Amino acid sequence: MQRMIHAMLLGLALLWSAQAQAVLEVTVTEGVTGAIPVAVAPFAWEGEGQPDEDVSRIVAQNLARSGLFDVEREDLPRPPSGPADFIAQPWADAGMEYLVVGSKRPDGDNVIVEFHVFDVLAEERLGGWRIPVPADMLRRGAHRVSDIVYEQITGDPGAFSARIAFVSVERRNDSREFSLEVADSDGANPRTLFRSEDPVMSPEWSPDGRELVYVSFENRRSEVFRQNVETGERNRIASFSGINSAPAWSPDGRHLALSLSRDGSPNIYVMDLESGDLRQVTRSGAIETEPVWSPDGETIYFTSDRAGAPQIYAQSVSGGNARRLTFESDYAAAAAISPDGRSLVYVHGGDDGFQLARLDLDDRRVTRLTDGQDAESPSFAPNGSMILYAMTDGGRGVLGSVSRDGQVHQRLSAREGEVREPAWSPLN
Amino acid sequence: MNNVFRLTLSAVVIAALSACATPTRDAEDAEREAAEAAEQESAEREGEGEGAEARALGRDREFDEAALDDPDSPLAERLVYFDFDRDEVKSEFMPMLEAHAAYLAENPGARMRLEGHTDERGTREYNLALGERRAQSVRRVLNLNGASDDQLEVISYGEEMPVAFEQNEEAWAKNRRVELVYESRR
Repeated sequence: MQRMIHAMLLGLALLWSAQAQAVLEVTVTEGVTGAIPVAVAPFAWEGEGQPDEDVSRIVAQNLARSGLFDVEREDLPRPPSGPADFIAQPWADAGMEYLVVGSKRPDGDNVIVEFHVFDVLAEERLGGWRIPVPADMLRRGAHRVSDIVYEQITGDPGAFSARIAFVSVERRNDSREFSLEVADSDGANPRTLFRSEDPVMSPEWSPDGRELVYVSFENRRSEVFRQNVETGERNRIASFSGINSAPAWSPDGRHLALSLSRDGSPNIYVMDLESGDLRQVTRSGAIETEPVWSPDGETIYFTSDRAGAPQIYAQSVSGGNARRLTFESDYAAAAAISPDGRSLVYVHGGDDGFQLARLDLDDRRVTRLTDGQDAESPSFAPNGSMILYAMTDGGRGVLGSVSRDGQVHQRLSAREGEVREPAWSPLN
Repeated sequence: MNNVFRLTLSAVVIAALSACATPTRDAEDAEREAAEAAEQESAEREGEGEGAEARALGRDREFDEAALDDPDSPLAERLVYFDFDRDEVKSEFMPMLEAHAAYLAENPGARMRLEGHTDERGTREYNLALGERRAQSVRRVLNLNGASDDQLEVISYGEEMPVAFEQNEEAWAKNRRVELVYESRR
């Protein structure tokens, strides 16, 4: 079991940034019963002074925020000084099932984060990792550590390293300021990518996580832009007559699905990003919008009111007939697809307002996920474990998240202004 | 720009007052919707008839730029309200729209932006499309009553630009609107 994995932190792009905005605060509002007890011992610092970030504290917060773990950081037995010193009994006596221990030491411009995960009940070490992290990116390093710990314990990849994009709105006297923000998955490190006095909406990530597409009204009408998150480079890519909306990047990164009303009524089109060529996918006089791609890139799910009220449909990208998928209410819209392609989470309108529901495509079962304030704009975590969404709390837009099974609920609130339309980045 | 802002504000006040007096209803029941649609169709036909009349009136009356600033003129009304998830122009807004159509017909140089809006309920992208559909409904009424297509520009802001921020039917009713904005007056 003496396994040492050297993981490099790849693709840690510095976000192109203006001033930090809209710091989000996370609270777990409802967790699962029977959460797994995990001890996260403080990571000792083997250098002078103190590093900027407390890595083990961020790891503990991430794990706790997932709602799957009952995390203990204090009143712990003395951590083993090395992997060979691990004795399970005191940890078992303390009621722990897993233990995370680690250390940090300076190495030039980097900090080497070393940590080990122990299975207390099995009395064995699950693994040890040594990760060099640029000293000014310790927070991102802590998210990477969290991902590894999460995967070791649950068997599923973590999504803490992924980022979230969202729209923030601040009211200033008579005007409002809209901004497109990108932050860590816990809401930390927010950066403003674009700011405007006119509305900004519908951010979606490119599959490589390097760019965002979104709708901006800066020219007093809806147009679609793409922007590089790292360099800030920005291009207008759809400005046809009528509305230009609801961009969604294809899984291969080469196409964009859009809702355009250039021919009079909004239909789904697919744009070749290299040539700019458009291909019309739906042809109806109804509202056809909110396209999402299946992970294999062959099916587009979208919202249509062709039956009189908005419902979700599926259609092959290459054409053919659309199949209606939702029948449970008078309002079903804004589908998000799980990374495995087997479930849709969508906005379900009924007597109790707009709630999130999950439709499992295999057996067409529908499960309600929320039952609070009106919810909208669902976005799956790249590991499929959770769904981020927007809701209104006391008249203010905040973000909520719910586990895939509807059991774990969290809320992310901006300290100022309101936040909406979250989009979870891919993992990379 | 200043001018337009002031105009829009006063129009909002007027329209808000009229919205308070407007009974709102929940149009969910399919049967009722069908009935409403039929009613709407007949209202639109009625509207066409009245439109011809209004055009004739318009010619006699000679609207000018000053008419747009006259708070007692039907032209001072710049807002059309809608029911939830609906895009039909209700008959109560026909006289006002006929007056604007007549003004546009009399003033071929005048340009109007029709800005469609929705309330916050439902999804943002769907609402963007719904706002456009509402603005298109208003454009059709104006077209039928003499305004020419190249005078009218339709845009939609969906739910992104509310004028009322509370979460209740009264606020939502104010937000489900099409704003008539005279372009030449910027």
